[in-house]
Amino acid sequence: MHPAPSVIVFTTLSGLGFGLLFFLGLGLPDVTGWVAFTFFAIAYALAVGGLMASTFHLGHPERALKAFTQWKSSWLSREGWCAVIALVLMGLYALGVVFLGQRWGLLGLLGSVFSILTVFTTSMIYTQLRTIPRWNMKLTPAMFLSFSLAGGALLAGQVGAALPLLLVAALVQLGYWQMGDRALAHSGTDLGTATGLGTRGSVRAFEPPHTGTNYLLREFVHVVGRKHSDKLRIIAFGLAFVVPGILLLLPFGHLFALIAVLSHLAGVATSRWLFFAQAEHVVGLYYGKR
Amino acid sequence: MTELPTTTERKMGLVIDLDTCVGCHACVISCKGWNTENYGAPLSDQNPYGADPSGTFLNRVHSYEVQPETGPAQLIHFPKSCLHCEDAPCVTVCPTGASYKRVEDGIVLVNESDCIGCGLCAWSCPYGARELDQAEGVMKKCTLCVDRIYNENLPEEDRVPSCVRTCPAGARHFGDFADPDSHVSKLTAERGGMDLMPEMDTKPVNKYLPPRPKDQIDEQIDILAPLLAPVAEEAGGFLGWLDKALDKMPGGSR
Repeated sequence: MHPAPSVIVFTTLSGLGFGLLFFLGLGLPDVTGWVAFTFFAIAYALAVGGLMASTFHLGHPERALKAFTQWKSSWLSREGWCAVIALVLMGLYALGVVFLGQRWGLLGLLGSVFSILTVFTTSMIYTQLRTIPRWNMKLTPAMFLSFSLAGGALLAGQVGAALPLLLVAALVQLGYWQMGDRALAHSGTDLGTATGLGTRGSVRAFEPPHTGTNYLLREFVHVVGRKHSDKLRIIAFGLAFVVPGILLLLPFGHLFALIAVLSHLAGVATSRWLFFAQAEHVVGLYYGKR
Repeated sequence: MTELPTTTERKMGLVIDLDTCVGCHACVISCKGWNTENYGAPLSDQNPYGADPSGTFLNRVHSYEVQPETGPAQLIHFPKSCLHCEDAPCVTVCPTGASYKRVEDGIVLVNESDCIGCGLCAWSCPYGARELDQAEGVMKKCTLCVDRIYNENLPEEDRVPSCVRTCPAGARHFGDFADPDSHVSKLTAERGGMDLMPEMDTKPVNKYLPPRPKDQIDEQIDILAPLLAPVAEEAGGFLGWLDKALDKMPGGSR
């Protein structure tokens, strides 16, 4: 898949933002006034900034409101609803915490639930696609959710929660890579089933339909970036989990916390880049590519 | 609207005969010609006369080589367009309701004025049947020439999809798969019409007829072969002497 910057920025930032909102809704950390304002401002900047970035890849962003109509069948529509509900609920909750010194627990809890639901619906947009075996796995939502919770705990300064959550996210990431590398082969789809000619012999793409490129190849067949995937996996893993983990074990300081957050952010963005760049769409088979 | 109908009254679709297709790409051109100037946004080209041309097509012809375990390889031309699946994933993923499957004839269409160009339907299609037009920013796909097949302004023989009408080899057939007595249903039954990527559970309506087995080449390559066999195996006379004389010279022979 083409690793479009808009979707990488969107899933990375909004995952982190809604993760932070999840903890803020639970009253972790239990802050009010200007401190609470700062936390909510960071969470909203990440969550809303990510959502805005996601509209950049639309052909007609001015019609984006229409995307709220098909929540019965479409995960993308459900994501839109969850995001708006979460942002409204958490906005009201933030008003109480920041300006009135009141913590409306039930409202915060509901906001937390919808925040994490938003991350889940985002992950399901990718997970539902049988055409991309590497995404069509139960570990995909597990990865999005564990990343969001670990990042949220890190941003919320919840050292006690962040360490085990980072460990879980790291293990999910390793499992995802392990299973993902075998997903296409396990899916049973190859050029033989794609053309229906596989029972007759070995099928080879002899001539493409045209000499140039096209939308399908640009969007679905991204081979260039896969060359360095092993190195990028090490970089992503180190930045997202190892560096923040070590920094959390050291005595707490604001500088260390900032470095841990930035390192985690860069690591998750790298992992998300790989998530797209390494994903093989079965339509590539028709072109003799993967 | 993007919920799929449980059944459709008719199942209009194509049968594509891989045995007959000669790979001339006439269907590609006629499809582009008809659909760029009729239903919906035109099919744009980017940099058409430059170094790196590309454009939107609703139908493309691939060519594959199949190598059996024994015997010669076979070259198969393979036209590919929307299969108008009964369980079309491109419809259910659409967030706006722009993508839909018609109850009356099962044709999968895009309402371009509702399309936000998110591309998710193209992601969900295993066959590469949908392309996002780079000029219009909306999703384009085969309409089964919905503006031809019911068009009473056209002569009756033209009320079929443009690709079917144009195919010089007769490799494309159009009809109703819900009717067991239709031309396309009979062809599918007789020739073992197959689904592409059946493991994706998309239940494509369009069927592909597999190539018939090739004629076997026996030991005798041609019935005239015995008559063409060399009459004299050993050279005699002057040539025979020359052959032997040259053999005796140092340096050997091939």
